[in-house]
Amino acid sequence: MTHWIVLPIILPALVAPFIVLAARYHIGIQRALSVAGVLALIAVACGLALESADGTVTLYQMGDWAAPFGIVLVGDRLSTMMVLLTAVLALFVVLYAVGSGWDNRGRHFHALFQFQLMGIMGAFLTGDLFNLFVFFEVLLIASYGLMIHAGGNARLRAGVQYVLFNLVGSTLFLFALGSIYAETGTLNMADLANRVALIGPEATVGIRVAAVLLLLVFAIKAAVVPLHFWLPSSYAEAPAPVAALFAIMTKVGAYAIIRVYTMIFPPDLAVTSGLHDIWLLPAALVSLAIGMVGVLAAKKLDRLVAFSVIGSMGMVMVSISLFTPESIAAALYYIVHSTLAGAALFLISDLVRTGRGNLDLTNQPIVSGNSLTAALFFVGAIAMAGLPPLSGFLGKLLVLDAAFDSDLAVWIWVIVLLSSLISIVGFARAGSILFWKAHSVAPQEGIEVLPRPAALSYVAVGGLVSLLVGHTVFAGHVHSYTTTMSAQLFAPEPYITKVVDTPGKLSKPKGDY
Amino acid sequence: MEMLVASAIGILTAGGIYLLLRLRTFPVIMGISLLTYAVNVFLFASGRLTIGASPILQDGIEAYADPLPQALVLTAIVISFGMTAVVVMISLGAFLGSDDDHVDDQSQNHDDRSEGTL
Repeated sequence: MTHWIVLPIILPALVAPFIVLAARYHIGIQRALSVAGVLALIAVACGLALESADGTVTLYQMGDWAAPFGIVLVGDRLSTMMVLLTAVLALFVVLYAVGSGWDNRGRHFHALFQFQLMGIMGAFLTGDLFNLFVFFEVLLIASYGLMIHAGGNARLRAGVQYVLFNLVGSTLFLFALGSIYAETGTLNMADLANRVALIGPEATVGIRVAAVLLLLVFAIKAAVVPLHFWLPSSYAEAPAPVAALFAIMTKVGAYAIIRVYTMIFPPDLAVTSGLHDIWLLPAALVSLAIGMVGVLAAKKLDRLVAFSVIGSMGMVMVSISLFTPESIAAALYYIVHSTLAGAALFLISDLVRTGRGNLDLTNQPIVSGNSLTAALFFVGAIAMAGLPPLSGFLGKLLVLDAAFDSDLAVWIWVIVLLSSLISIVGFARAGSILFWKAHSVAPQEGIEVLPRPAALSYVAVGGLVSLLVGHTVFAGHVHSYTTTMSAQLFAPEPYITKVVDTPGKLSKPKGDY
Repeated sequence: MEMLVASAIGILTAGGIYLLLRLRTFPVIMGISLLTYAVNVFLFASGRLTIGASPILQDGIEAYADPLPQALVLTAIVISFGMTAVVVMISLGAFLGSDDDHVDDQSQNHDDRSEGTL
């Protein structure tokens, strides 16, 4: 048994207290440690992704206790890819935070950042529902601190809403876990998959309630309408690097839905029939529409980006809720795209704020560093709106293709295409107000011109944008990998037997009792 | 006893949700506390209700209490306690900063709101 798989959790968990205790007053050392930690995390994540690329399921038993009794970490293609995505995103976010000086506007940015990474990594790697809850709480409590980093009234007020909404979500999660445990007597995902399949059709009331509660919890995390109300103001008010990191947090919800509803409650299970196609799919379509209408209606750039995140999560959820191998593969491709594009846009909106002083979409004098910021916004907006040639277009194409056989195919096509049009108009409006009309507004006398954003900020945003380009250029490879990933998700037996049948040091293998 | 525990959970949840739908931070935080109490009792009951039963394997004992929900409840209590402390501090900061303890989003037109509508 190798110990590599526990490193993505242990490493940030060690770096964070070290930053707090040893480098408290030295922002330079904090930055160096944080960047080094993230670089090491990327190396570990690459190793894990390579290890699981051939379909190997890596199992790690905490304290060498066998599965239903001990806590397990499991790495398969999906979780290692999400870990890698998080680590890569974290690198550019931390570079931006350093470059723009955001990390020095409040205290403990880097420590909280590492704790947040620990929670996200743990949520992706755990094989146990209760531990999923615990890691959700770890990432949430770190995100509360990050959300109100640098203070300010508007941010604190948005922070209160964000914290309260998530506390309610956590309580719902506990109710769901309680009812699952009462029905099945286990919380290990692989063990649950076996036991839920054994529940007869006459005794499904409890497990149905649990499945719906669990879906609600993950839908809150994924900001699916009507559970999206926490997202716009908290993402808009959060410091830009934090909002960019939060781009992966909605994906934690999407990941949890994919994991739980392919393994524990697979789509052909009679107990939860109708949950995806009757409830989740229409909600996802509405989120897509509301998100993109919000893009058009937003009066400030940060809200515009927040709504575009809701819209792209709607797109991801549309694809997930079809629950065919093709649609999950398309959803996974789109998840990578949407994380990178959302994060890039949040950082770009901070570039605009740095060079302009505010984010109101009104006619104002020209932004410092106009041409480069405008070019980056142009690329980011094309990606997010789903115009060719970037990965948003390919992702939407894959989703539309996967939706071809659905009963609601007409609705999906109409809403996806119309909402794309609306978001194109919204982004075009914002871009032309910010960058083109500004040329016609004469700068007022006596107002000092704001400095250009730092070069490192541009490097970070440029890195994210070039990853988007790479995601487009290598779309064939990425998509064939996500296809194998979804094949592994739809054939969970190797995962389940690996987790359930691997003996621990203190328990004998089955049959020896 | 089942009736008693079930109605306790129900009343706590109902009270919690009622308070949660208030618009000021203090009742909302109270509501969340009530909800976490409800969920703690609920988790506790998810391992079946037993009286005086031992949670550890011993010779000659037939009935056991399930120890796992007790561990889960401990975790849940610690987490919700910490979270409540965090939310109290953040909402106190927000209240002291803007002199307004409303939870809903009014910050954008806050300036032109007259005192009478509060």
